[in-house]
Amino acid sequence: MLRWWLPEDVSTYGVHIDEMFHAIYIVTTITFVLVELALIVFLIRYRHRPGRRAVYTHGNTALEIAWTIAPAIVLVILGVVSNQWWGVIKASVPPTDFHVQVTAKQFNWEILYSGPDGKFETADDVKLDNDLYVPVHKIVRVTLKSRDVIHSFFLPNLRLKQDAVPGRDIDVWFEATKTGKYEMPCAELCGFGHSGMKGWLFVQSDADYRKWAVEKRIALADDAAPVLAQAAADEPR
Amino acid sequence: MSQTKTAHEAHAHHEELGFIRTYVFSTDHKMIARQFLFLGLMMMILGGALAFMIRWELAWPEGKIPQNPGLLTRMVASVFSDAEGNMPVPLTKWIPEPYMYGGIMGPEFYNSLVTMHATIMVFFVVMPILVGCFGNFLIPLMIGTRDMAFPLLNMLSFSVAAVAGVIMLAGFFVEGGHAAAGWTAYAPLSAQAHWSGVEWGQHLWCISLIILGISSLMVSINYITTVINMRAPGMTYFRLPLTIWSLFVVAILLLLALPVLTSALGMLLFDRMMGTSFFLPEGGGQPLLWQHLFWFFGHPEVYVLILPAMGIASDVLSTFSRKPIFGYKAMAYSMIAIAFLSWIVWGHHMFQSGMNPALGTTFMISTMVIAVPSAIKTFNWLGTLWGGDIRFTSPMLHALAFVSMFVIGGLSGIYMASTPVDIFIHDTYFIVAHIHYVVFGGSIFGLFAAIAYWFPKMFGRMMNEPLNKIHFWLTFVFFNWVFFPMHIIGVGGHMRRIYNPTQYEFLAPIQWWNELITVGIIGLAVSQTFFVINFFWSLFAGKVAERNPWHANTLEWVAPSPPPHGNFAAIPTVHHGPYEYSLPDMQEDWLPQDRPLGRKAAVGHA
Repeated sequence: MLRWWLPEDVSTYGVHIDEMFHAIYIVTTITFVLVELALIVFLIRYRHRPGRRAVYTHGNTALEIAWTIAPAIVLVILGVVSNQWWGVIKASVPPTDFHVQVTAKQFNWEILYSGPDGKFETADDVKLDNDLYVPVHKIVRVTLKSRDVIHSFFLPNLRLKQDAVPGRDIDVWFEATKTGKYEMPCAELCGFGHSGMKGWLFVQSDADYRKWAVEKRIALADDAAPVLAQAAADEPR
Repeated sequence: MSQTKTAHEAHAHHEELGFIRTYVFSTDHKMIARQFLFLGLMMMILGGALAFMIRWELAWPEGKIPQNPGLLTRMVASVFSDAEGNMPVPLTKWIPEPYMYGGIMGPEFYNSLVTMHATIMVFFVVMPILVGCFGNFLIPLMIGTRDMAFPLLNMLSFSVAAVAGVIMLAGFFVEGGHAAAGWTAYAPLSAQAHWSGVEWGQHLWCISLIILGISSLMVSINYITTVINMRAPGMTYFRLPLTIWSLFVVAILLLLALPVLTSALGMLLFDRMMGTSFFLPEGGGQPLLWQHLFWFFGHPEVYVLILPAMGIASDVLSTFSRKPIFGYKAMAYSMIAIAFLSWIVWGHHMFQSGMNPALGTTFMISTMVIAVPSAIKTFNWLGTLWGGDIRFTSPMLHALAFVSMFVIGGLSGIYMASTPVDIFIHDTYFIVAHIHYVVFGGSIFGLFAAIAYWFPKMFGRMMNEPLNKIHFWLTFVFFNWVFFPMHIIGVGGHMRRIYNPTQYEFLAPIQWWNELITVGIIGLAVSQTFFVINFFWSLFAGKVAERNPWHANTLEWVAPSPPPHGNFAAIPTVHHGPYEYSLPDMQEDWLPQDRPLGRKAAVGHA
């Protein structure tokens, strides 16, 4: 099936980005149609015909003012609405206890879980290559780093993109709304291996995630037990 | 170049210079203009060829034909596939390893293709043609003077640009290949050879652009001085044609912006060659510093690319609507506003860069604001057409394409101005679509309009008008065929600068668009042959041009076609603005600037 539009969105704030996208699409399409239609109509109506002369006018101040103010108003509104969501998405990370580090390097993602002690750079940290596992409906905080050049952490289905810059730690967040497997490409030219540099985001149910985390020694079995027991109890017979 | 009899006579008391002084080291602004034009047109062929190679790779990565090829691929394969069932890039078997392998490219080469395509188009095509050629040719003629303020500096400005061009081309022949960090050359990738595998290619890229910057500074100094000091009597600022306004504003932008690029390039070269750490974090440097410096230059630079086309479009639209430009002062002031604002929007290229998100807010506001003067200009162009007596000559067709395509490019910019939407579309093909609608849809159609319009004045011969129209229509159709779908794949999440889109599962449903686009570029490339043939044929065998074939009002049409050394027999005196077309109490629908208005019309005129 040929795709014409945005890919699937499985993100809480992705909904709002898509809403903004749609709003801008409507405004720009209406503008496009009106402007191009006017252009075509004028070209037909005012084409050269013998005996007819052009209208001699240097302009119209009232029109100038009108078509300065109207676009300005539309753009200010777009800016104000956009800024609200920008603040929510990029300016800060909502409180959460789920924190991973993603270190970009030529040419893959190094995913680091802090392990049962909840602290990074300790002996129980668990490092994976390219595969990021998270539970659904959980705010995930990602600290982005880079070992070499600028890369860009891109999750198309979560409408998240953030450059990973060497020498900096940059925090981003997302909350997935649906389980599944989502591609995680690099979106900033980073060298000859840029094309194909990608990982996968696995969004799992809470129970599945905990099972996986225990397997990988990211979480302790004891901590996971109550949740798993509850999940087993919830399962329909 | 051909010269008319009149030009020869005017030549009479001027000593005959040899071939070198006439064609290689000339101080005549018109010859220097032609030199910039030839540099730009030659480079456009190269830049276009690089684009063709990029597109071939994107449609059929590594030359592979998919298992069940669709109709488009089968059609292309029927001509271009080889004995092994692969689709190597046509005409590239001569490119040696390790760059290409029998017409199949690797990712390193692909990265240098995208880098060099953009570098060449921005710095060696659009700038030399719109600024170097048309600035040089038109400024003295349109303001009514004999040459530029500094003819020797002018000559040097081309020689320096040519040297920069040779150095840039040399980068293709060094070991490690040419620059491959994108035309934006983000550090640290660009700042250390071991990150990209490119050593001398990237060094030469930096050196070439430093030298080209010197050429642009020379050009700016000349243009600014000439416009301020050498206008003919009666040529007040608000009687200047908008083409001159645009070139004047552009010269100021370049004067102020280029030193920033030059400094950044110097720092980059030092990081690469001298062990400094301006942009390298391990030495205490900041990668983001490169981006700030580059885009502080880069944003004014993109307005340098579009403003001359805007000025030219205004003049061409007015001439062929036989109407004054609608809102002349608004048009001039909006160009000044764009120029001022262009200094405070650069961060919109860096929304996702890791800079403080608060800056994202400020740059979003300024970017929304800068859309307003461009909108004003679009409405004024429509106003110029309204009520006109429109002649669909080939310059007019190109100017109309400029307006209609620039609208699309400008509207797509609004998506990326919104910071949250930009989170998704940054570094996707939506950006590539935007770039090409403004630079090709805008600047290149503007450049074609300028060539079609001023060719008679420049070369004393008419271009073949039917051939020009065929070229126009084919280019217009194929341009949209190639670049409109890029909006669609960008919205689909297709990243920029990736060598093989089939490596990504989420891009599989949109790979067909890549094939469609590439088929379009075959058409776009073939369409340009009409222009090439017309250009060269007309140079030598075009109909001899009269002084003012378009019945236009501006002063360059007072001089012969082509103008001799010294341009005018006598310096004209200017009586009114350049857009006095279809005056009600006149029989003719035009009135050159050097002819006075009738008594009735004179009341209330600038």
